[in-house]
Amino acid sequence: MLEALLLMLGLGGVCGTLLGIASKVFYVWEDPRIAQVENCLSGANCGGCGYTGCGACATAIVEGRAPLGACIVGGAAAAQKVAAVMGMEAGAAEALTSENTCTGGFRAPEKYYYMGVNDCRAASLLYAGAKECAVGCLGFGSCVKACLFDAIKMGPEGTPVVDGGKCVGCGACEKACPKGIMQVRTPSQRILHVNLATDRLAPCRQTCPAEINIPKYIHHIRNKEYDKAYLTVMERNPLPLSTGRVCPHPCEDACRRALGDEPVSINQLKRFCSDWVFNEAAQVKIPVAPDTGYKVAIVGGGPSGFAAAYFLRRLGHKVKIFEWLPKLGGMIYYGIPQYRLPKEILYKDINRILGLGGIEVKTGVKFGVDFDLESLVGGGFDAVLMTIGAMNHASARIPDEDKVKGVIPATVFLRRQGLGDPYPIGKKVGVIGGGNVAMDCLRSSVRLGAEKVYCLYRREVKDMPANKVEIEACHHEGIQFVTLCTPTKFITDHEGNLTGIEYLKNELGEPDASGRRSPVPITGSETVIPIDNFILAIGQTTDSAFADAEGTAASRLETMKGSILNDPDTHQTAIPYVFTSGDSAGPPGLLVAAIGAGRRAARGIHKYLMGEEMAFPGTRLRVDSRRMTGHIPGTVFDSIEGIQKKGRIGQPELEPGSYERQHTYAEVDLTVGEEEALKEANRCMRCCLTCYNIDTLF
Amino acid sequence: MGDYILLAISAILVNNILLIQYLGNCPFLGTSKKMETAVGMAMAVVFVLAMAGIVTWILEAVFLKPLGLEYIRTIVFILIIAALVQFVEIFLKKSIPALYAGLGIFLPLITTNCAVMGVCLINIKEEYNFLEMLVSSLAYPAGFGLALILFAGLRERIIIGRVPTPMQDVAIALVTAGFMSLSFLGFKGMI
Repeated sequence: MLEALLLMLGLGGVCGTLLGIASKVFYVWEDPRIAQVENCLSGANCGGCGYTGCGACATAIVEGRAPLGACIVGGAAAAQKVAAVMGMEAGAAEALTSENTCTGGFRAPEKYYYMGVNDCRAASLLYAGAKECAVGCLGFGSCVKACLFDAIKMGPEGTPVVDGGKCVGCGACEKACPKGIMQVRTPSQRILHVNLATDRLAPCRQTCPAEINIPKYIHHIRNKEYDKAYLTVMERNPLPLSTGRVCPHPCEDACRRALGDEPVSINQLKRFCSDWVFNEAAQVKIPVAPDTGYKVAIVGGGPSGFAAAYFLRRLGHKVKIFEWLPKLGGMIYYGIPQYRLPKEILYKDINRILGLGGIEVKTGVKFGVDFDLESLVGGGFDAVLMTIGAMNHASARIPDEDKVKGVIPATVFLRRQGLGDPYPIGKKVGVIGGGNVAMDCLRSSVRLGAEKVYCLYRREVKDMPANKVEIEACHHEGIQFVTLCTPTKFITDHEGNLTGIEYLKNELGEPDASGRRSPVPITGSETVIPIDNFILAIGQTTDSAFADAEGTAASRLETMKGSILNDPDTHQTAIPYVFTSGDSAGPPGLLVAAIGAGRRAARGIHKYLMGEEMAFPGTRLRVDSRRMTGHIPGTVFDSIEGIQKKGRIGQPELEPGSYERQHTYAEVDLTVGEEEALKEANRCMRCCLTCYNIDTLF
Repeated sequence: MGDYILLAISAILVNNILLIQYLGNCPFLGTSKKMETAVGMAMAVVFVLAMAGIVTWILEAVFLKPLGLEYIRTIVFILIIAALVQFVEIFLKKSIPALYAGLGIFLPLITTNCAVMGVCLINIKEEYNFLEMLVSSLAYPAGFGLALILFAGLRERIIIGRVPTPMQDVAIALVTAGFMSLSFLGFKGMI
């Protein structure tokens, strides 16, 4: 017995001593944090993390190859301890949630009568299921049975409804669904998704340049869930108060209801739910991904820059916005007058974005003058987004247009008005141009005290690119339209002050590339209008003079007619870490298009920083919202059935001819009331690819 | 000489440690999903068993047998093998980093491998002399490696085959292992 004890003791002592000596003699330096991290892990050597044991996993974490929460068995507790060792905040990992993307259900027409196993996967084996729609929900609830957490129920409309509180994002429903309708995604993955031809998209949603889920937010409004409606809009458009006021809503041109009734007033509903959230000061929570450690500089605090800042921040990047002018908002602050978009409303949108935290702003600094690409890179920024807008004006090619006193570019005229120092104008004002900027100049001139305001345009009123409502408002405000004219000469007094404009009358000739008949001046038809001021509103260009300087990084940027050239999908320029979107990527366009481009630029930057595939999937949906082409085949109908003519709600506005309307900058268009909004929301047919609700259902 | 060859063939094929003696089945199933890991594991077992066989044989001859302490053989061998593996790991890390990286996680995993323990005990039970012990300590792990690598090859092919859902992964692996064991039983008639 004693020998046994002594032998064991002796062996133990010898082994221990030898190992102790060996560990000193054969010492190899390794990061001390590896041992500390290893102590925090489960110690089970289970391999669940994907590494060969806890030691390898700890090494990977310390070397930055594995996330802090790599240990699955240890879970959140282990992740927190590891984070303490590594001196980092673990941050709440982004929540995965399941979402049903089909609204078909019982209303979806069937190809044949299915009598078989009550299971979607079995049903889909027979001619891809009984529904006409190839990508629609089959309704047997395989996802409901697959869910271990009782988070999915079949809803009253025959499609699954997910209980967000119970869903843990395990992905079982997505695996069970043969049609790919259940999608388990993080908020970041939803931001990075772009419309695909394989998605279930209503025509309005296909058309919206910002890709807002329109049927979903209108459905929320119908259920009086106005905060949820607002959040649905915010998934794609971070400036809903502003867009709700000034968007020319191409989506409404695609509204399927227009085939048997008037289109749903989508934009008024967006404005209603957004106004409601701010008026009621409703608490809304916008998820932000854990910090990635990357910093992005955004040059230009306009709508595209702000949209990109919002989405980049939500993807976990730190953002700093550099703005040349003293106020944020770019062209929608300086270009859109108060009576259409009050500044305090715009700032509510902007402050919501800045309220996410992690977005810094510096105003009063100009790119190419106060800072450049070299200083941004030196300042630790990993990527740069140029959203410098189009703040220069295009020439009208009238002799002496930059010399005659009283001739003003629209950009300068509107900017000075935005700065609170309006350009002093006379009693008679002429504006050349037929776009929305021209309309803004015309209507602002009325408010600045002009008595006679003329709109000069080379074609006819019906050819003007401006919004119909804007042209109508001009008529209401007493503005005269001088169409089919080509200004040729400024008439000045002996001091060089403008007194009148001479123009030639036009006749319409052959159609040009845009399909409109091109105007041809008639010789000898000279006419003169007496005016004191003349505003040039025939287009804008980007001030990209910094790209012409020799030897700077910015000189590697390629430009065309001022616009910075980029890849239209990824928004990457000739310099890999520089991106551009909005008006500076040219040609100048709609606010909602700038917002959509801002999100896609954020996507491009995120994919670039994370080293992921930047190009769009091959099934990318490309809709031209101007020409109304490129929709998913079979989703744009010629006629529809089951719709009653109900008519759309009107636009409440300030009384035409009233003092406020003619002489103040009070907002002209007003927000609709709740009753009206609900009435309008109920007109929405909640379309999908081919399904829609017929009126008799309600 | 003939005896040694016979002993080697017996250890590799006829009395294969995995498929006939059913020792060391955890790494057999655990590390056979990929050929790469299977080769790493086989190398590590050969290396450790050669060391463990020598040390335990000497210990038995010098201490346990003369002192009449055979009854604590198992616990002594566990202690020795564990300490030896740790020592080898520390030594390799410093001296032969390439081999250490190649063996990776499998080296410490062998601490708890019953095949190593089993062969050490067989060496004593069969009362091998030193040379016989050396052959046995190299041939048994060679058999282990042979079976493991064959099995990994099979599993790599099975994974791309059309296996019914309930039979996937471990289930089909165990069935495969059973067939391999049956076929190795055929070697019984050799000796």
